[in-house]
Amino acid sequence: MTKTKKKFKVVVRQQYCKGCNLCIEYCKQQVLTSSENLNTMGYNYADPVNQDACVGCMVCTQVCPDVAIEVYSE
Amino acid sequence: MKLLNEWPKYYKKDVVTHYCPGCGHGIVHRIVAELLEEMDLGKHAICVNPAGCAVLAYKYFDIDTLESAHGRGTAMATGIKRARPDKFVFTYQGDGDLSAIGTAETVHSANRGENFTVVFINNAVYGMTGGQMAPTTLIDQKTTTSPFGRDAKLEGYPLHITDVVSNFPGVVYAERVTVSNPAGIRKTKKAIRAAFQTQVDGLGYSIVEVLSPCPTNWKMNSVDSFKWVDDVMMKEFPLGVLTDKRGEKE
Amino acid sequence: MLPSRSTVSKVFISGNHTFGEAAIRAGCHCYFGYPITPQNELGEYMAANLRKAGGVFVQSESETAAINMVIGAAATGVRVMTSSSSPGVSLKQEGMSFLAGFELPAVVVNVMRGGPGLGNIAPAQGDYFQATRGGGHGDYRTPVFAPNSVQEIADLTYHAFDVADRYRTPVMLLGDGMMGQMKEPVVFPEKIGKLPPKEWALTGRGDDPSRYMASLILDPHEMERHNWKLYRKYQEIEKHETKHEEYMLDDAEIAVIAYGTTARIAEGALNRVRKDGLKAGLLRPVSLWPFPAKAIQDLAQRVKHFIVFEMSTGQMVEDVRLALEGEGNVTFFGRPGGVIPTPAEFARIIYREYQKIQAK
Repeated sequence: MTKTKKKFKVVVRQQYCKGCNLCIEYCKQQVLTSSENLNTMGYNYADPVNQDACVGCMVCTQVCPDVAIEVYSE
Repeated sequence: MKLLNEWPKYYKKDVVTHYCPGCGHGIVHRIVAELLEEMDLGKHAICVNPAGCAVLAYKYFDIDTLESAHGRGTAMATGIKRARPDKFVFTYQGDGDLSAIGTAETVHSANRGENFTVVFINNAVYGMTGGQMAPTTLIDQKTTTSPFGRDAKLEGYPLHITDVVSNFPGVVYAERVTVSNPAGIRKTKKAIRAAFQTQVDGLGYSIVEVLSPCPTNWKMNSVDSFKWVDDVMMKEFPLGVLTDKRGEKE
Repeated sequence: MLPSRSTVSKVFISGNHTFGEAAIRAGCHCYFGYPITPQNELGEYMAANLRKAGGVFVQSESETAAINMVIGAAATGVRVMTSSSSPGVSLKQEGMSFLAGFELPAVVVNVMRGGPGLGNIAPAQGDYFQATRGGGHGDYRTPVFAPNSVQEIADLTYHAFDVADRYRTPVMLLGDGMMGQMKEPVVFPEKIGKLPPKEWALTGRGDDPSRYMASLILDPHEMERHNWKLYRKYQEIEKHETKHEEYMLDDAEIAVIAYGTTARIAEGALNRVRKDGLKAGLLRPVSLWPFPAKAIQDLAQRVKHFIVFEMSTGQMVEDVRLALEGEGNVTFFGRPGGVIPTPAEFARIIYREYQKIQAK
C-alpha cells in the first residue's frame, strides 16, 4: 500500500501582504517567493510558487504579522 | 479543501493594519485574538489601548476597547476591573507607555495585585513618535535621541521593569517571551494563555513581556530585525518565566 | 476613631464628610483618591463607609492615577468620584480633558488651598481659572458648582452626579478648606434607588458589535464635528444648569458678587451695613461654569455698582466684567494665600464704595 502524500494549498491574500518576507525566510520548504508584481499598497507580495513542496507546518501563518496567508488541506 | 487557519473571531477582517511590514504587533494581536476565542473571553473582555503604535488597536481587536492616556492604562484597568470584576480586562502597552510615563501606575497596580493581565510589547524604542530612546533601549543602541549610542553614564541602563514587578507578592505570573522566531511565537501564545488563565482563576496580576521587532525604527529589514532580537536583544532581556506563584494562590 | 455613616437624616457633620456621604447616597459606586490636606477626611470617610455600602474604595498612588482609575470605572457605566486639593487637581487635568473627550460622567471635588505651587493648607479661591478655563488641554468646558454651606455641599454633590450622567460630562465641585473642615447641620437626601443602565457603557460586547471608546480623532474634519457636538452640549448645559442665589438684592444700590466661603463672609458684612441703612445685596454664583452672566446683566439694568470679593487676587472678577460688558463699575477686593477675610473687612469696603457713590 502506498501512502499518498497529503496535499496542501497556500493562498496569499495579496492585498494584505506587506512584503515583509518573513514567510519566505521561515518556510523550510521554500514554498514562497517575493513576487515581481506589486499589490495596491505597492509591496512585492509573497507568492506561493512552489505549492507542491508545502508540508502544512503552518509556520508561515505563524510568522505573518498580517494574517495574509491561508493554508488549506485536502 | 479545508482551511486550516480559520480567521480569528475577535480580529476585524478586511482591515489592513497600519503597522509596518514585519512589525511584531501583528503577530501578538493575532495570538491575543485567537486566545480570546479559544478561552471564550471575547464577550466580556475589555481591552485598554496604549498611546503608541497600538493606539489604533481598537481598529483590529473586535472587543470592547478603551483608549488610555499615555502610561495610564494600568490605572484605567484598575478602575474597570474594580468596578466590574466579572469582566475580562487586559492592557496592551508598549515600553514607553508602561515603563516610562506609566511606571508608577504599572508598579502600583502590580503591587496591589490587581486581577487583570498586562500584555507588554518591548521593542527597545519609541515607535510611533519616530524612534526615540526608550527605557528598554540597549547600551550603545542608536536612536534619534541617543544618536551616539545609549551611554550608561548619561542615559542609564535598559530597564527591566517586568523583573522588578515579578518580585511583588501580588504579581502571580510574569514571563518574558519573543515573537522573533516560530518557536518563540508558539511560546508567546502559551505564556499569554497562562496569564489570561491566571486572571480567569482570580489569582491576581499577570504580565507577559513580548520582545518585538521594530524594523522601521531599528533601520533594518524585517528578517534582519527578527534576527537582531534573537542575537542581541535576548542577551539583555533573557526569556523565561520570571515568577509563577499560581500554585501558592490556589 | 473612624467616622461612621449616619443613618439619621439630620446630622452635625463636616463638609468633607458630607461630600462623601452625599456621594454614597447618590449611588457613587467607586471612589479613587490620594491624600492631600485639607480634604483628607473625604477619602478617609469613603475608606470607612463606601465599602460598607457595597462600593469600591482605592487609595491610588497619585492624583494622576486616581483620575485615570475614574476614567476606567466611568467607562463601565458606574457612578464614580475623586477628590483632591489644588496641587493634586493640577495633576488631574489631563484626565479631565480625557473625560470630556470621551464624554464620560464623573464627579471631581477640589477643596482649594493656598497656592500656587505647594502653597499652604489654608482655604483660598485661587483655582477659579483652573476650574472654569479648562484647566486641561483642548476645547471643552467643565460644569463647576460652588457650595457655600455644608447643606449645599450635600445638595450640590447629589446634583453633580445627576448633571454628570445627564450630559455625559465630568462635573467639578469647587470648595475650599473652610468648606471642607467646618461642621454644620445637614439634612441628607434619601439614598437613590436603582440607576438606569447606560447604553454607551463598555461592559464587554456580548453578542453585539464591539465598541471602542476613544478621544483620538485623527481626521481634523471629524474632530471638528466632535468639537462642535461638545459645544452644543455645553450650550444645553448653559441653558439649563446655570444657578445663582440672591440675598437682599431687591432694593440694592450696590451688588456684591462672591461665591463659596467668601459669599458667607459677605452675607455677614451685608447684615452689618444694612443695619446702617445701606442698600447692598449679594448675587452668589452657584454654578461658576456656566457663569450666571445673564443674571448679572439683568441686575445691571438697575444696579450700577458692583463689588467682587474673592479669596484670591481676582479671577471671577474677570467673568463679572465680561458679563457686564462695560455696564456699571466694578470694584475688586481680595485676600489670597489662605487668609480668611472677615465680615468687618468686607463691610469697610462696602462703606467705602457707598461713600464714593454719595460723593458723586
